[in-house]
Amino acid sequence: MLLSEKNAMTEEIEELCSNYGSYRESLLPILNDIQLRFGYVSEFAQQEIARVLDIHPVEVYGVVTFYSFLSPKRLGKYIIRLCRTISCDMAEKSSIARVLERELGIRFGETTSDMKFSLEYTNCLGMCDESPAMLINEQVFTKLTPHRVAEIIRKYK
Amino acid sequence: MMEYSKKNGDRAPVASKPLKVAPHGLESDIGSKVEVEINGKAYKVPIGMTILDACKKQNIHIPTLCYHEDLCLAGVCRICVVEVEGMRSLQAACTYPITNRMKIKTSSEQVRKARRHVIDLLLSEHYGECYSCHRNGNCELQKLSKEYGVDSYRFGHVIERRHNVDHSSYSVVRDMDKCVLCKRCVRTCIDLQEVGVLESTNRGYDTTITTFNDLPLAEVICINCGQCINRCPTAALRANDPSHFIWEAIDNPKKHVVCQTAPSPRAAIGEEFGLAPGHSMTKQLNTALRMIGFDRVFDTNFAADLTIMEEGTELLLRLKRSLVNGDKSVHLPQFTSCSPGWVKYIEHFYPEYLDYLSSCKSPQQMFGSLLKTFYAEEHNIDPAEIVTVAIMPCSAKKFECNRPEMTASGFKDVDFGLTTRELAQMIREAGLRLPELPPSNFDDPFGEASGAGLIFGATGGVMEAALRTAYELVTGRTVPFENLNIEACRGMEGIKQASVLLTGLKPEWAFLEGVNLKFMIAHGTANAKKVMEMLKAGELADFHFIEIMGCPGGCIGGGGQPIPTSGEIRKLRAKAIYEEDAGLPIRKSHENPNVNYIYEKFLTDGPCGHKSHKLLHTHYVKRGKYIV
Amino acid sequence: MPIINNKELFPTDYNDRILIEALKKTPQDIIYEIRESGLKGRGGAGFPTGTKWNLASAAVAEKKFVVCNADEGEPGTFKDRVLLTDYLPMVIDGITLGGRAIGAQKGYIYLRGEYRYMLGRLENYIAQMISENRLGNNILGTGFDFTIEIRLGAGAYICGEESALIESMEGHRGEARNRPPFPVNRGYFCYPTIVNNVETFASVAVIISKGADWFKSFGTSKSPGKKLLSVSGDCRKPGVYEVPFGINVKELLKLVDARKTKAVQIGGASGYCLPRSQFDRTISFEDASTGGSVIIFNQTRDMLSVLKNFQEFFVEESCGQCTPCRVGNKKLLDGVEKIEQGECSISYIRELMDLGRSMQMASKCGLGQSAPNSFISIVTHFENEIFSSR
Repeated sequence: MLLSEKNAMTEEIEELCSNYGSYRESLLPILNDIQLRFGYVSEFAQQEIARVLDIHPVEVYGVVTFYSFLSPKRLGKYIIRLCRTISCDMAEKSSIARVLERELGIRFGETTSDMKFSLEYTNCLGMCDESPAMLINEQVFTKLTPHRVAEIIRKYK
Repeated sequence: MMEYSKKNGDRAPVASKPLKVAPHGLESDIGSKVEVEINGKAYKVPIGMTILDACKKQNIHIPTLCYHEDLCLAGVCRICVVEVEGMRSLQAACTYPITNRMKIKTSSEQVRKARRHVIDLLLSEHYGECYSCHRNGNCELQKLSKEYGVDSYRFGHVIERRHNVDHSSYSVVRDMDKCVLCKRCVRTCIDLQEVGVLESTNRGYDTTITTFNDLPLAEVICINCGQCINRCPTAALRANDPSHFIWEAIDNPKKHVVCQTAPSPRAAIGEEFGLAPGHSMTKQLNTALRMIGFDRVFDTNFAADLTIMEEGTELLLRLKRSLVNGDKSVHLPQFTSCSPGWVKYIEHFYPEYLDYLSSCKSPQQMFGSLLKTFYAEEHNIDPAEIVTVAIMPCSAKKFECNRPEMTASGFKDVDFGLTTRELAQMIREAGLRLPELPPSNFDDPFGEASGAGLIFGATGGVMEAALRTAYELVTGRTVPFENLNIEACRGMEGIKQASVLLTGLKPEWAFLEGVNLKFMIAHGTANAKKVMEMLKAGELADFHFIEIMGCPGGCIGGGGQPIPTSGEIRKLRAKAIYEEDAGLPIRKSHENPNVNYIYEKFLTDGPCGHKSHKLLHTHYVKRGKYIV
Repeated sequence: MPIINNKELFPTDYNDRILIEALKKTPQDIIYEIRESGLKGRGGAGFPTGTKWNLASAAVAEKKFVVCNADEGEPGTFKDRVLLTDYLPMVIDGITLGGRAIGAQKGYIYLRGEYRYMLGRLENYIAQMISENRLGNNILGTGFDFTIEIRLGAGAYICGEESALIESMEGHRGEARNRPPFPVNRGYFCYPTIVNNVETFASVAVIISKGADWFKSFGTSKSPGKKLLSVSGDCRKPGVYEVPFGINVKELLKLVDARKTKAVQIGGASGYCLPRSQFDRTISFEDASTGGSVIIFNQTRDMLSVLKNFQEFFVEESCGQCTPCRVGNKKLLDGVEKIEQGECSISYIRELMDLGRSMQMASKCGLGQSAPNSFISIVTHFENEIFSSR
């Protein structure tokens, strides 16, 4: 990480901290915002958050690794999360999964080399009546068909 | 967002949320008693007491695993479940507070089945076999398996490693394949010691205990105190054992292998051989060490006496510079530096305050540099052929002897730090029954030591020893306490403070006339943190000397001591040390003839002189808390 | 998509002026009305709401909190999403009334990370409420101060468990706490806290406006009122249905136009699987209890792969702190995979059923205690199918 990037990150975290307050209960809101903005919570960011909240870095790490939507590893700009829970599973989730893998040229759990897309499974999105469903960052897509998925991916590319 | 947490530092993990609560939250009911029925018999129990504590009092056994009396409650292993009438599911006895009349069954079909299942599940994820395990014979999982008659791996068994063993640290080895996720280490590291190296990560079946970003232990802010080892129920955490190198040296006729033993291992090693806590084994241990093959057996207390001379002088010098010369750059209060866990803690967490730390090496390291210089010269032994082993209650001593600064003699001053547990293993391996061995004395020239050096082992001991010498040095009179026992320095309170008024001083110390010498004693780094925050806030400006030990109870509770540990055990070990001190002919460091001899013969420019600065003093590293 | 057959309980013409009337009532009156109505928690556990509020109201503390549990993560549940989308005023009023009832000035909505897309709209609505003085200081001149803040989850099913949710709100890993003490005595930062489901709060708003007697005119004596069901799986009309308690599974299947149904999963992954022979069972707390999830399987479905899907879910979503849940669920999953590969003996399955029962008894929180339900019910009812094909 470049020094300028580090400084920018520190500034960002300090600003979030002044928004939310430098208390332990601000941890999840800060992490959510950092995750959304950078696509991951870097080692440096975790330590900076620990510093401003006056907690141990390992506690931040423990929290980051606990929640599925937070990642300590860098992910793509667009994180695609396909629901794999029962109703989506029964609604041909696997064919959607194949289309995603084909269109992006990666497997689940991977990130494209241009750092644009990451592909993950997720548990129930609460869209069971409109299954199969997926999230791209925070946006939700439902009633997916192979054809629609390909189209959506094309738009994001 | 508003602040509801009282204080940021006051964090408590899931486990330690306040437990005691009366029905409908009426706090006033806590303390009164209620009648409960346990296994069909009625008992009066204070409201708020846990089922486990209530049963303990009545001698009703409930198995535990994640529970540890030093730690906050977790309630995660579920081995202690009991039946509470009216509850749909079983309840964890260790966390369930008795708040009203209730009927409890500690053994029923459901309870036994559930406990057996918990053991079976833990075993199914537990790598390896007992006979090839460091904790064979002293493992809580093994004990539970035996208690519940486990005769097969009902749900399978792990025969291949899933984690690498982390050998990176000089002090602590982490083998997560043996972890049962009781979180005792997490609670030790975050709550008890407030160091914050270990925490649960991931979720569900992938949950593991690890360091920040899964880094090797040597690369994070571990202070090597080893308190996690003392509380680990299995072999997931253990000390980095150098005994095979020591055997090698012993078996090599060219090597002159000498050892020094600290007081705390001597007060505790009996526990490894089945004795109750509180039996000092000093003289039997000397015999054992010789029989194992050490060429010389010395007493670390000699170096502790030396430390008192050096550290006491350093303090008086600081006081003089401050009071007489008005030197504003003098850092007071002076902090002790004999606990390597504490030293690394301050290097990581309060690097800007390192100047307050005494520059004295710990007794172990002072001894090491003298052995490879003074001792080698006097006995005409090539220091390159001397192997120095320090028998310590401490895992941080292993790191300390490997610090690059610790080579004042031109060699590695102390080659190996060996813990009490590891020494017990060597003794067993040599086929010796320690308690049955005849007593023998230490070797000269470092054989005789004072009781002051001895009590270093318990929290407050360094302070007491220093006062015995410093007071006498400046007044010409012995300390004004009965039998030299300075009770204000003793006991297991987290932070103690007291003062001694200095009057009627010798002319050369007249500048201290009327000074109320204020001192403070803390043990465990959580208490050290409190002291450092006081220092930061300027609340310690009128204090002069502060003793800090990294481990709860001081060295007798060190990370290298026999397992298990508890408040009661630590008290008994301390008692053994104080009793031994009371029975010694010399109880003040400055009266130790060997100490005087070495200042006459070798460290001829006196305490804190040029030569002792080279050999007996050190400097510290500003490590800081963050990794990148 | 709003509630498909909403008639009474969640009217689309909800009169948002009821709040001022309701706030004129004393806290005791509100709690009395809720207790009278017999409303039980809609999240699944079914704890009587009035009792919970009464406990929190009786607790003495300088601060109290109301938390709306919008961490709807149970597979097959999506009714809270619909409530938050189309019936938000009722939810917000319900939370406000909860605050009034227990004497809290602060409410939180813990919104699951998956519903982040709603965040902006919820925040705008709350801002609008504040500007209309329906939230904030001295609400509508009643002298009652109350605000609501939204907290976003980050993808963890366990945070639907109330004490794990509170841990998460405090900035920790979402690991369930030891209980007692219960949140009504020691909740958010150890202050008395009520945690209720979105649907519970929405129901409260309606009960306060229409009265307990009206509410009790629906449902059964032990399960008064109506319930929202999230129906998905093999049916023509999936969606959210408002049904009175006491409706049986057969009637429900007809309502949603499900055909050739083999089994119905009531209560999501942590619920039970009912075979055809039990379709006369009723949706109610005393019989087939559910937080709202109904998943329908037709004749073509392989029940073992259904079970595997549920089991994988629990292995991942367990918080991992207690032994029975962390390791037990993995052993059940291993068992399912063994069956798949035709390598599992009947006696080992018996062993696992036994393990499942211990998990129900000995796990630390509701997740672990209910996780083996699917395994036990599917193996019990479909043993022949599961083993015959392998």
